[in-house]
Amino acid sequence: MDTINIKIDNKNFQVAEGTTILEAAKSVGVNIPTLCYMHLHHLNTTHKPTGCRMCVVEVAGRKNLVPACATECLPGMEIKNQSIRVLNSRKTVLELILSDHPTDCLICAKNGDCDLQSMAQEMGIRHLHYQGEQSHYIKDRSPAIKRDMDKCIGCGRCLTMCNDVQTVGALSAINRGFMSVVAPAFQMNLEESVCTYCGQCVAVCPTAALTEIDHTKTVIRHLADPSKTVIVQTAPAVRVALGEEFGYDPGTIVTGKMTAALKDLGFDYVFDTDFAADLTIMEEATELLDRLTRHLNGDTTVKLPLLTSCCPGWVSFFEHHFPDMKDIPSTARSPQQMFGSIAKTYLADKLGIKRKDMIVVSIMPCLAKKYECSRDEFATDGNPDVDFVLSTRELARLIKQAGIDFKSLEHADFDKPMGESSGAAVIFGSTGGVIEAAVRTAYEVFTNQKLHKVDFEQLRGMDWIRESTIDFNGTPIKIGIAHGLGNARKLLEEIREGKSLYHAIEIMACPGGCIGGGGQPLLHGDSNILLARQKAIYAEDKGKMIRKSHENPSVKKLYEEFLGSPMSKKAHELLHTQYFDKSNPMKITKD
Amino acid sequence: MTICENNVAKIEIICKEFNYDKGELINVLHKTQTTFGYLPEEVQQIVAQNLNTSLAHVYGVVSFYSFFTMTPKGKFPINICTGTACYVRGAEKVLNEFKTLLKIKVGETTKDDKFSLSNLRCVGACGLAPVVLVGEKVYGRVTLDGVQKILDDYNES
Repeated sequence: MDTINIKIDNKNFQVAEGTTILEAAKSVGVNIPTLCYMHLHHLNTTHKPTGCRMCVVEVAGRKNLVPACATECLPGMEIKNQSIRVLNSRKTVLELILSDHPTDCLICAKNGDCDLQSMAQEMGIRHLHYQGEQSHYIKDRSPAIKRDMDKCIGCGRCLTMCNDVQTVGALSAINRGFMSVVAPAFQMNLEESVCTYCGQCVAVCPTAALTEIDHTKTVIRHLADPSKTVIVQTAPAVRVALGEEFGYDPGTIVTGKMTAALKDLGFDYVFDTDFAADLTIMEEATELLDRLTRHLNGDTTVKLPLLTSCCPGWVSFFEHHFPDMKDIPSTARSPQQMFGSIAKTYLADKLGIKRKDMIVVSIMPCLAKKYECSRDEFATDGNPDVDFVLSTRELARLIKQAGIDFKSLEHADFDKPMGESSGAAVIFGSTGGVIEAAVRTAYEVFTNQKLHKVDFEQLRGMDWIRESTIDFNGTPIKIGIAHGLGNARKLLEEIREGKSLYHAIEIMACPGGCIGGGGQPLLHGDSNILLARQKAIYAEDKGKMIRKSHENPSVKKLYEEFLGSPMSKKAHELLHTQYFDKSNPMKITKD
Repeated sequence: MTICENNVAKIEIICKEFNYDKGELINVLHKTQTTFGYLPEEVQQIVAQNLNTSLAHVYGVVSFYSFFTMTPKGKFPINICTGTACYVRGAEKVLNEFKTLLKIKVGETTKDDKFSLSNLRCVGACGLAPVVLVGEKVYGRVTLDGVQKILDDYNES
């Protein structure tokens, strides 16, 4: 790569040709503040609307200040990042943004985790010199996401995630000038829109304009109620990210401490969603093999590829955008919902308690899970299989509120029977993991041979769309993987046009899979964190005694004692679901 | 919310004319508004479906440009030019007079669906400032007294 010489604050630097001032400065360790800019390197996503003007710098020979994020470095360029003019301009810009922003930081949901607050702190803002009109909008509460547009600074990061990365198209910038705001069409509520609740808008929002619906208070109330048996399940991606909230390096595995903290919080039983992930594989792999065998025997009515169905954001996406293909995804419920239905039947019976006296709480890296558990089909007589979902961030808050010193906790184990799991279940947390877990089981069932090498490296990684052919002892099985809904859309369009030759496709709504979920500790623009979490997921898998779902003894016992076999009548009733056509958000009828 | 098959077909023909290209959204909306007089929610959804873009995006564009309207225009749409030349020659006072007499705000339509009120920026007749358009008809050098006279022209018809 060619380099050029530039000066920043009178110091000489060599930087790569063709980079922006911001990128160049970063490469040589010079910090230029940004607010609207977002660069997620490993996800190949950059957002630079040059809207906030926090990154302005002086360039010798130019009359006006220039935005560093969108100005290319030229040979010999002399840049000033610390001049009084630059510093004063940035302060003015920030104060103007703050003049239309509530100052309730002490009681704000993002207190301590807010980019705008950090910026005000860094800039040493002590007075607000500008008093102007303030925006006031009606707050919007959906089952998963809360919108408080009074706190929006108009950076547009959420728009890039919703429209460009996810191609969901729920949000848009509407109106003009001071009246402009980010909202769904016709300013309808998120719940009425095509929102999938993937939560990627929340994950990148610099302020509390977009946050998760907080259920911590409700969960505390139930924990304090002696008439309730409160059980908890934890998703695989939580254990590799929760530590970040307590000062651990990204990628630190805190499974044992998390379990101990949940026990200290007063949960009666601490179980693992991984148990249900193994159950999901039993059902999904059986379904795949059923379709596959029929296809290989010449049945032309069989629907292939099989699409995974663990991810509620993805389920909403195809219900809204591809309802004509709703019979292709696996009918298997997600691990969260399988856990809930087994807990409130099999486990409740075992414990000798009534369904209504059991409260099932999930700890999820995901905001769409909050919505998923509220879907009508996952309730019996109005009592939901899963009562409440807390995000990884909410669990961290709960632990802090309870005064638990997380770092000094001794490791604790999950309770039995629904706490036992395989390595195959752990990797559900990363893109590619569900299909790898399915392959580990499907291979052995299909070929009747033992699989010796369980690591399918070719299915791993962070590329948006990946494909691989796995040799099932002479039968080539073509696998596709996509993460991020925009990439899912590409694969779905291929399938719709008949161009797809895959047998099975795994789709995860969030970039990176669940490790990058909308409920995880915020990345604040550092996508290296995702790689660290991904590495941790595979390390946790490697450390497991059992690495194939069908070898999980508790799952085997569940089938023996209760379900019979995969895809049995009972399994269908409790572990499978159906999908709905949710296109036509305006409910238009043609006459 | 309903839309008749006939109107759906009309929108589809417009979108086809622009090759279903989402980059032509503004032109499609322009032509659709000419056809229907305004852009109600259901029309926007049919446009979004045909151009394979999101409803939120279509609404974003409709709500951004003052030319687009989601309320039906009156039988006689009144447009007051508030461009620079008209403005300095009293367009705002003329506009206020219309508001008072019709008892509506800019962007609204009278209850009898007869008049609607909008403003626009410059029709290129600055020599006649201030200028008022009623439908296609141009009124020049409009005075405050002239406002009632203009309305009378249409109240009689």
